[in-house]
This record gives sequence, C-alpha cells and structure tokens, in this order.
Amino acid sequence: MTEFEAPYQETMDVQHPRSWITRYWFSQDHKVIAVQYGVTAIAVGLVALVLSGLMRIQIGFPGLLPFITPDIYYQAVTMHGMIMVIFLLTAFLLGAFGNFCIPLMLGARDMVFPFVNMLSYHVYLLSVVVLMASYFVPGGPTGAGWTLYPPQAILPGTPGVDWGIVTMLLSLIIFVVAFTMGGLNYITTILQARTRGMTLMRMPLTVWGILMATVLGLLAFPALFVSAVMMLLDKLVGTSFFMPAIVSFGQPLEYSGGSPLLFQHLFWFFGHPEVYIVALPAFGVVSELISVHSRKNIFGYRMMVWALVAIGALSFVVWAHHMYVAGMHPYFGFFFATTTLIIAVPTAIKVYNWVLTLWKANIKLTVPMLFALAFILTFVVGGLSGLFLGNVIIDVPLSDTYFVVAHFHMVMGVAPILVIFGGIYHWYPKLTGRMLNNALGQLHFWVTFLGTYAVYYPMHYLGFIGVPRRYYANGVESDFYPASAVTLNEFITVAALVVGLMQFVFVYNLIASYFRGKRAGPNPWGATTLEWQTPNTPPDHGNWGGTLPTVHRWAYDYSVPGEEQDFVPQNVERRS
Amino acid sequence: MTCAVGVERKSVQGASEAPPLMTSFSADWGSDISTLKGVPWGKAMMWVFLVSDTFIFTCFLVGYMAVRMSTVEPWPNPSEVFALQVFGNSVPLLLIAIMTFILISSSGTMAMAVNMGYQRRKDAATSLILVTALLGAMFVGMQAFEWSKLILDEGVRPWSNPFGAPQFGAVFFMVTGFHGLHVSAGVVYLLTIAFRLRRGKYDESNFEIVEITGLYWHFVDLVWVFIFALFYLW
Repeated sequence: MTEFEAPYQETMDVQHPRSWITRYWFSQDHKVIAVQYGVTAIAVGLVALVLSGLMRIQIGFPGLLPFITPDIYYQAVTMHGMIMVIFLLTAFLLGAFGNFCIPLMLGARDMVFPFVNMLSYHVYLLSVVVLMASYFVPGGPTGAGWTLYPPQAILPGTPGVDWGIVTMLLSLIIFVVAFTMGGLNYITTILQARTRGMTLMRMPLTVWGILMATVLGLLAFPALFVSAVMMLLDKLVGTSFFMPAIVSFGQPLEYSGGSPLLFQHLFWFFGHPEVYIVALPAFGVVSELISVHSRKNIFGYRMMVWALVAIGALSFVVWAHHMYVAGMHPYFGFFFATTTLIIAVPTAIKVYNWVLTLWKANIKLTVPMLFALAFILTFVVGGLSGLFLGNVIIDVPLSDTYFVVAHFHMVMGVAPILVIFGGIYHWYPKLTGRMLNNALGQLHFWVTFLGTYAVYYPMHYLGFIGVPRRYYANGVESDFYPASAVTLNEFITVAALVVGLMQFVFVYNLIASYFRGKRAGPNPWGATTLEWQTPNTPPDHGNWGGTLPTVHRWAYDYSVPGEEQDFVPQNVERRS
Repeated sequence: MTCAVGVERKSVQGASEAPPLMTSFSADWGSDISTLKGVPWGKAMMWVFLVSDTFIFTCFLVGYMAVRMSTVEPWPNPSEVFALQVFGNSVPLLLIAIMTFILISSSGTMAMAVNMGYQRRKDAATSLILVTALLGAMFVGMQAFEWSKLILDEGVRPWSNPFGAPQFGAVFFMVTGFHGLHVSAGVVYLLTIAFRLRRGKYDESNFEIVEITGLYWHFVDLVWVFIFALFYLW
C-alpha cells in the first residue's frame, strides 16, 4: 500500500447549493440524485403496477371492465414490462442504490463528476417523460410487447404503431444515454476515488454488485441502442434492417430482405445481461442485509466477489436461450443451453454462501432481513424453473406459456423488488434520520411475500397445462383450457390486486415516516460499513466533514470474539 | 472544475520508477484509493466510455454483416459505387482514399498536440488541436460531398438504390452517418478544448485534458479504419 498517496477526494471542492433549485432540483449531491432517481422510479413503477392490475382483471374476469379493449390490454402488457425492467428496476438499483451507496460506502465525498451525475438523472427523467408521453399521442403507446419484436412492432394491426413505437424507441435511446453518464461515474468513482485503506477486496459486496452491473450495462445497452436506432429507421425512413418482404392486410409492403432474427439477437444481447444488471446489485445488497442482520460475517467473501465477476462474464454468452423457438440454427441452441446451465454454478455458490452465512447466526428478523430471506427463497424458486427453460427440449413446449411468465417474474421481477424493499427499509434511517414504521413494514412484507407466491406459484401449473401468455381473453381463442385454469386465473387476479394495493401502504409508510418516524440515530442496525459512520445523520453534502475516514478492516467484522460490541466498523483501527 | 484536484497528483506519481509488470499489476489492484495509479479521473472515464462506444460500433457493424447476409439481392460492388470520374477515367475509391488519408493525418497532429501539451507549450498545443479540428472538418465536408453525390447523382436512398440490395444504402448512411456525427462532435470538442486551453482554464493542471481529447479523437479514427475496410474494401 502506498502510504504517501492522499485520496483524490480529500480536498475535493463540492458545489455548495445556493438556492432551493440547486439544492433539491439541480443538485450535484449524490444523495439528492439518489432520492430523485428513487422517487421517479417508484412513481413510474406505481403506474406499471396499476397497469398490471388492469391486465390481471382482464385475465381473471374478462369483460368486467369494459374499457379494457385488446388494444388497451396489449399496451398495458408492453408498458408494464418495459417500465418495470428498465425504468424501475434498473433505474432504482443503479440510479438510487448506486448513487447513494457508492460514495458513502467508499468513503468518498461524492461521485467523481457530480455535474455529469446530475445530468444523468435529468436525462433519465426526460426518458421517463417521453415514455409517459406515449399515453398522450394519437393511438396511444405501443402494444408490441416489451420485447418489441419486429416485424409486428412496426406494422399496422399492432396498437400504437403510428406514434407509440416511436416514443418508446426514443425513450429507450435517451435512457441509454442517461445510464451511460451515470455508469461512467460509478465505475470511475469505484476504481479511482476510494478512501485510505479501502482496497477493492475490502469493499462491501453492495459496491461490487453495483460495479459489475454497471460494467454489464455499459457493454449491453449499446446493443439496445443500436437495435432501437435501426428499428426507428425501419419505422420512419423505410429501411429494411429487420423487415423481410411482407404482405400486410393483403398489400405487399415496400420492405424486403431484412432479418427479424437480427433484432432478436441484438435485443437479447442486451436483454440477457439486463437480467444480471438487475440481479447483481440485488445480490450485493442482499449479502449486506444478511450479514448485518444476522450479526455474522458474510461466508466466503472472495468467492462472492468472484462469483459476481463470473456471472457477469457468462451473462454475455447466453443470450440466445431466449430464442430457442425463434427459428435459429439448432446447434446454437445446444451451445447456449450449455452456457446457460454453467451460470448455475457461480449462482449456486452465492446461494450456498448466503445460507452458510445464516448458519448458526444471531438472526434478527427485522423487516430488511425478512425481505432478504424472502429474496433467497424466491430467487431459488425462479432459478430452478430457469433450469427447465434453459434446456432446449423442455423449453420448446413451455415457450410462450405462463410457465415463462412465472419464471421471469420470480427470478427477475419479484426477487430484485424484494431486495429493493429490503434496501429501502435498511437505508431509510441513514437517508432521513428516521426509522420506517415497523408494524406497517411487517404487514407490507408478509402480504407482499405470501401474495407474490399466491400469484406466481399457480402460474407454473397454468404453464404446464399450456395456457399461453399474452392472450387477451380466455375462452375465446383458447377453449381448450380446463375449468381449473379459469378458476386459478381468478384466484391469481385477486391475490395480485391485494399485493398491488399493499404497495400503496408502503408508499404511505415512506411519506409518513419521513415526518413522524422514530428517530434512528447514526447506526440503528449496528452495521460496520462506512455509510453508518458519517459524522452527521443524514450525511451532509460532502459526507465526511473535514477529513475522509480511514479504513482498517473489511466490511464484515461482526461478532468478532474478544470485542465489546458485536460489530467493528471499518474505520476502527485493528488492535496490534 | 472539481476534477482538477485529482489531476495534479500525476507529477508525484510519474516520478517513481516502475516495478516489474506483474508485481505492479497486483500491487495496483490490491491497493487502496485508486486502482489505475496516476490516471486522472477524466482519462479513466474516457477509456471506459470508449469501451462502451466500441460496443455500439461493433453492434452496428455486426448488424451490417447480418443484413448483408440476409438480403436476397446482390450486394453492390463498392469499387464501382465509390468510383470518382477523373478526366473521363473512373478511379475506384479515390475520394475515400483522400478522406482516410486526411483523418489518419489528423491523428498525427493530435498526437503532436498531446506531446506539446505535456511539454507545457500551450500555444503549439492549441495550434495543433486547431489543425486537427480543421482536418476533421475537412473529413466531414468530404463525407457530405460523398453523400450528396450518392443521393443526388446516383439515386442511392436508405430504402433503395440502383446498384442492388436496398440494405446497402440503409446501412451505409446509418453507419457512416453515425461515425460522421462522432467526427462532428469531436470537432466541436476539439474547438472547445482549444478555446479553454488558450483561456488558461487548464494552467493549474498537467494538460492531460489534451490527451483525454486525443483518446476520443484516435478512437474515432480507429473506428473509421474498420468502417473503411468493411464498407469500401469488402
């Protein structure tokens, strides 16, 4: 270790806000930007939640709400998927947790380029505005499904083909720009602006997860960017990148010679790493929660780090397992099935290590811990159904059924959302100085956790009996359903609505506790990482006052024999 | 500039002698504070951005290869399409050879500007950056000429062209257009940096901003080499 080296950020001069606008709106403080990202993501997530409620009502009780036409239904499907994956999960895990955790956990004053960071949020906000504008343009948003497969995405017959698809693609392009600005900051900050003593292998796993996810994002979002540009050209200029010669409503179109499969390759080259862009920060945060709330060091820290790296690398060579039935060469399927199953190895390492961390630990069933435990269960369930879908021969009959819906909601919908909830309950005291209400938190947890199982477990069965996904009405095109499927769909809808309503209780808790919550103190959970050791709670702009903290140990010194407390913060010197 | 603080330390770092490669690699990655020792934040960030941008161009070029395979009509012969009439003779790839020469030369002047910057010869560095920007602008101008010739004289459109596969025009305009945007943005970037350099904005620093700008510029040139090979020689 080079002793003479001073942290770059020691004397960094943070931009002090001069007015309300620069303090709360165009703030360059990473914590404010994190809150901005978080609030925007939750707001847009609530929209997607309402849309999913409408979809479920239509599926469970067709015709109950007469205004849900097929167009409205497909638009809801599309917007729900895109919002949840990109504008909620990605934006929250990287934009909110990333911005909040990285500088605080590394002992930095701020991101390396706070101005770019501020810009990143506002470009993200623009992308959200453009996306939401879909509902106000003629024809409404696109109904092409969140995968936006051409040729149908830009041909008449699909809802929103005139304007909706254009706003959707523009919004995605803007989002990629926003993410790139944020991501460059995260990586540079983590690599170049840590405090004294903070080596890479002493970083909390949250930061590792965010780092790997950001690397994936910067390498995967380009494919989305390119596919969006090409489809925009197909739609607006009349090129034929993705469009083969085609007859639409009896009329041959001008298109010829394009490759729809190319779009699928580009999309999933982004789309599969996207799963891990969402999952890796969740892995990191959940490692943190489990260790803190079970008062025990994380089991196999190094292996946890290397598993993150391995999962990140492997996630780039598995994308075509989403395309087994798309008509690509069967040998491709063989290759991608193999790589897909290999990913199970580092993922299993992580799950075993979480479980071994819990082994004989002093487990505190706090709300964040409950969410973390629920994550492990949910992730294992979703991962196991992934083993089925990863194999070509089992995937073929299960493709486009509710089994797939159940799988990806479990593994990348519910599981990361549970971590987001856990992380919010965990870090809210540091952010605001107040605890979230515990009773409401317990209620929120149990209803959400049990409710999501009530929603998604039956969907596996629906998938096995062949209920196809994305169908507007049961019983019209699909008379082959047994009656049990109809009953189950009603049950799922009721459960989904209960879970959906419960999220508004959570939002109420967030707002009410800000004003009336119990005072938290600087370190309510007894955690070791640096964000809990700030001189003030909530931390000031610049985080650390005069000097940056010095790190003397790793992030997981819990229940160390011979110590007075059951945790030793990272900035406490070792006894010689 | 909040980054200026991080930038000053380079002189301290640069003085130490280099340890053996593997030892220094593991020492750097095992160390605290910074992993890329002596690398200013802006430079690290530019490298990461360029890696990401590489993926964008790679996706564009792979898309090009894929549509070239998927299209059912024959691909136009580049040495006919990109020929220039000189005194009644058709000279294949003449314009593009000149454009490529100009862009590669601009990389040379940029490298000289970086050198001058580190020698703290501000005026020389500024002039060389301006020369680089001028060469870049010439490149964009000639590209505009090439586009107008293809569009107005030859009738090449994004959706069709008289030479063969319609994807030819689509992918050509998209990829060279995207690259041309990069060059244009680079020219603006160079002019801004030259202006700020002259105004003394970077006098406190080691002038590594010139190198950071240069990284971007060399990258744009390197991408051109691939576009040149894949569009004009294939």
